[in-house]
Amino acid sequence: MGFQNFKNIKVQGFAACVPKHIENNENLNLLGDSEQIIKFIETTGIKQRHTVKGQSIRTSDMCLVAAEKLLKELNWNKNDVDCLLFVSQTSDYIFPATSCILQDKLGLSNDCFTMDISLGCSGWIHGMATISALLQNGGFKKGLLLAGDTSTMTKSPFDKSSYPLFGDAGTATAIEFVEGVDGIMVHTSTDGKGHGAIIIPDGGFRNFYSPESEIYKEYEDGSRRNNLQTFMDGAAVFTFGITKGPRSVFALAEKYNLNLAEIDYFVFHQANKFMVEKIRNKIKIPSEKVPYSLDEYGNTSCSSIPLTIVTRLSNKIQNEKLKIMTCAFGVGLSWGSIYFETDGIVCPEIIMI
Amino acid sequence: METKFIELFKEVLELEDKNVNLTDEFRQYDEWDSLVYLSIIAMLDDEYDIVIETDEFKKILTVGDLMEEVKKRTSK
Repeated sequence: MGFQNFKNIKVQGFAACVPKHIENNENLNLLGDSEQIIKFIETTGIKQRHTVKGQSIRTSDMCLVAAEKLLKELNWNKNDVDCLLFVSQTSDYIFPATSCILQDKLGLSNDCFTMDISLGCSGWIHGMATISALLQNGGFKKGLLLAGDTSTMTKSPFDKSSYPLFGDAGTATAIEFVEGVDGIMVHTSTDGKGHGAIIIPDGGFRNFYSPESEIYKEYEDGSRRNNLQTFMDGAAVFTFGITKGPRSVFALAEKYNLNLAEIDYFVFHQANKFMVEKIRNKIKIPSEKVPYSLDEYGNTSCSSIPLTIVTRLSNKIQNEKLKIMTCAFGVGLSWGSIYFETDGIVCPEIIMI
Repeated sequence: METKFIELFKEVLELEDKNVNLTDEFRQYDEWDSLVYLSIIAMLDDEYDIVIETDEFKKILTVGDLMEEVKKRTSK
């Protein structure tokens, strides 16, 4: 259970967009003195992040730029895009769905199927599973999966357990129905028992906004945040990631008889280096097969996998046949893995706005 | 089991030269911080294949408590 093999589905390209503005962890007073800063950067691997701080750039803007670029490089007719999924937890509005707005901004057909998916770090995995399911019987032939977040907008600037980890980004993945190909293999899982591990407590409809929501409280490690900002139980999330991540990859490989040794690259959700290295070691993967983008871009939520591909594997994925395993885990708790193969696909350079 | 556990524990906390007693409240060590806590989690998973939830871990105060918990969870 939890496994899907979507035949006749081909990943045709990736594009990504980040804000030009950079926040450098080397100068971040929030982290403490220079010794603490060095320790933080060494452990998490995150030197800097691109952020929307002080600008009006939003997730959908970055996804729009990425989508436009991707469509152009693929030479796809906008009228032929059957399906648009937008994965994010930083949508434009509570409603209408951002995917509707993007249908219009992109100039896609009114017959395009559009939908928003609310997931964080696991979002690209679940988004790919969803769009592949929609395309797989050939009724829809071309689809765009837009995934991104302005995570920095959901973190307290006084919370050293989360603020320095995250960056903002928007990405686009193109998927096509192509008869006869092996397709993609997916494993997904959910555990709502862990829903409190990563959460913005107020502002939804469970705990509607009230003036109390804005009151900053101080916590054990000296961090300050209010209920409209993200609470993250670092230890719980770490435990979850290092156990469920490898298990998902092993389970997918076993189910579909994948030889892990033959896989070219393992692209993990870019939570932080300490965690991903533990996962890499558990699965016994040599380090040259595990690319990292978090040093430059931080944890970019659901866009981390496509962003890492665009920034670290662009050349290879355009020119070589590749076998890629991806794995993500996060808010929900939600996690999963996807295996897919590419044979020289479109992957333009990252765009900065 | 006890010797191995103390060894692993000392390794994670980088306390090779220090004398570790089962009655020590490990959160009082200078070396203890949130990162060390994560390393303990990783060690328990790697070496003993066990996961102690955050809420449960809060109740564990001494090195001896932790060792007992590990013994309990690995004796099936």
